[in-house]
Amino acid sequence: MSEPARQARDALAILAVLTVAWQGAYEYAGAVAVTPPLGTVAFAAHLLGSARFWEHAAATGLALADAFAIAAVLGVLGGLALGLWRYAADVTEPVLAALYAVPKITLYPVILLLFGLGLPAKVAFGVIHGVIPVTLLTLSAVRGIRPVLLRTARVLRLTPRETMRHVLAPAVLAEIVTGLRLCFSLTLLGVLIGEMFASQRGLGFLIINGINNHDVRMTTAVVLLVVVAAVLANALLLATDRTLHRG
Amino acid sequence: MSGAAAHARLTGVTRVYAGPTHVHALGPLDLDVARGEFLAVVGPSGCGKSTLLDVLAGLAAPSSGEAWFEDRRIAGTVPDGIGVVFQEDASFPWLTVADNVAFGLRRAGLDGAEIRRRVEDALGFMGLGEFARAYPAQLSGGMRQRVCIARTLVLAPRFILLDEPFGALDQQTRLLMGDELLRLWRRTGATVLLITHALDEAAMLADRVGVMSARPGRFIAFVPTGWPRDRDSRVVSAPEFGALTAQLWSHLRPESLRAMGQARA
Ligand SMILES: Nc1ncnc2c1ncn2[C@@H]1O[C@H](COP(=O)(O)OP(=O)(O)O)[C@@H](O)[C@H]1O
Ligand SMILES: [Mg+2]
Repeated sequence: MSEPARQARDALAILAVLTVAWQGAYEYAGAVAVTPPLGTVAFAAHLLGSARFWEHAAATGLALADAFAIAAVLGVLGGLALGLWRYAADVTEPVLAALYAVPKITLYPVILLLFGLGLPAKVAFGVIHGVIPVTLLTLSAVRGIRPVLLRTARVLRLTPRETMRHVLAPAVLAEIVTGLRLCFSLTLLGVLIGEMFASQRGLGFLIINGINNHDVRMTTAVVLLVVVAAVLANALLLATDRTLHRG
Repeated sequence: MSGAAAHARLTGVTRVYAGPTHVHALGPLDLDVARGEFLAVVGPSGCGKSTLLDVLAGLAAPSSGEAWFEDRRIAGTVPDGIGVVFQEDASFPWLTVADNVAFGLRRAGLDGAEIRRRVEDALGFMGLGEFARAYPAQLSGGMRQRVCIARTLVLAPRFILLDEPFGALDQQTRLLMGDELLRLWRRTGATVLLITHALDEAAMLADRVGVMSARPGRFIAFVPTGWPRDRDSRVVSAPEFGALTAQLWSHLRPESLRAMGQARA
């Protein structure tokens, strides 16, 4: 069996298990909690054809793109800077790890006070979920770099900038892509939560609104679509990740 | 005080690693390396050989004394004209062999045709021609070390420092790499300083062998080998070769014993 064939088989097996579990949840809790697989897929397909759904999807996409870009840039640059500045890293790393352990939902009122309802709050909430893991992974990648490569940079008389661009960056790239993958999932989580509590737009809003209006079909179908989109995005990043780690 | 006579010169150099352990690693020592000379340095492990290289290359500042290269005091940065090959594999794993070798030339801003010409030449010289597009991960340790030598060589350094570059290789490969190093030295006319723990390697390759004491390392003897310039690894079967390594060992033996005692203490 070839590698892609095996992956396809594994994906199908997981899909089958999930479908059975989903059907089981429906049998157990009934239509007040979830709608069954077949009906949901049909309704999801219907949603994909409606302009209103795409408006909400676009709102989420915009917030996610902003939040991911901000978290990725802040995290990668912050991680690089901390990694190069040993003392700052020693001080900051435990603080970041501790901050990351804080349930971020508790910060939500503060975010709302700072940014008000709407896009900026969603973006901020996405960023605080995604930025710390990518910072920590970048930092550990910079620390893990073999010292002889940096000595080589000095012998080749590279400026600090050239060292950063031509030695440090490529040496840590593979780890950073792993960090970005994690950052993406967590940022999406943050944005969706943000939409659930402080927005009139977006997929998170559709989900919570479905619950409030007892529109279980809507909630289940949107969750399904979000899961499918997230899995696809993750697969794409994972493929990049694997290619880079092979080298 | 200036370094006018020698290509590289150390005067009264010491190096102390500060901190809780406070290791006095090197010196005080003086050293003159003549222009175009092939100097080997041997010494017990931990005696300060790599520290000596760091000071000469400008990678570490002496704690006292002065380091000179081409009549300029070495301060803070690696001077132009110095090339270093480290003991560890220092090839960039994300670049192909050809891109590794071209790396320094690209940073120096040479034009594409000139870079291609020099890289091709260096790859051919180091026997890496077929592997230009391979990545270091696909090569053996010996070939990766050749990539690092080629990357240094293309920059045409006037002073090449090598820190136990063949340490990880088997004996036959080491002899052959030694021959390549001799060819390189003859062709470029560069000054070479080779640090090694192998007495036979030092005796076979160098014009002169500096023997270092146990830590803190100083020079206890300089032994001229007397080989002609166009020598190769076959000098190991010359009658003088045995006497030469025996002489080196008689200098080194008490120091090695002392170093073992230090390690045990
Ligand atoms: N960064 C460092 N900090 C403290 N001690 C060091 C450091 N680098 C080397 N040393 C010590 O200095 C001595 C000389 O080291 P080195 O120059 O690497 O020796 P060699 O290359 O001859 O084996 C050793 O005792 C080593 O443990
Ligand atoms: Mg050493």
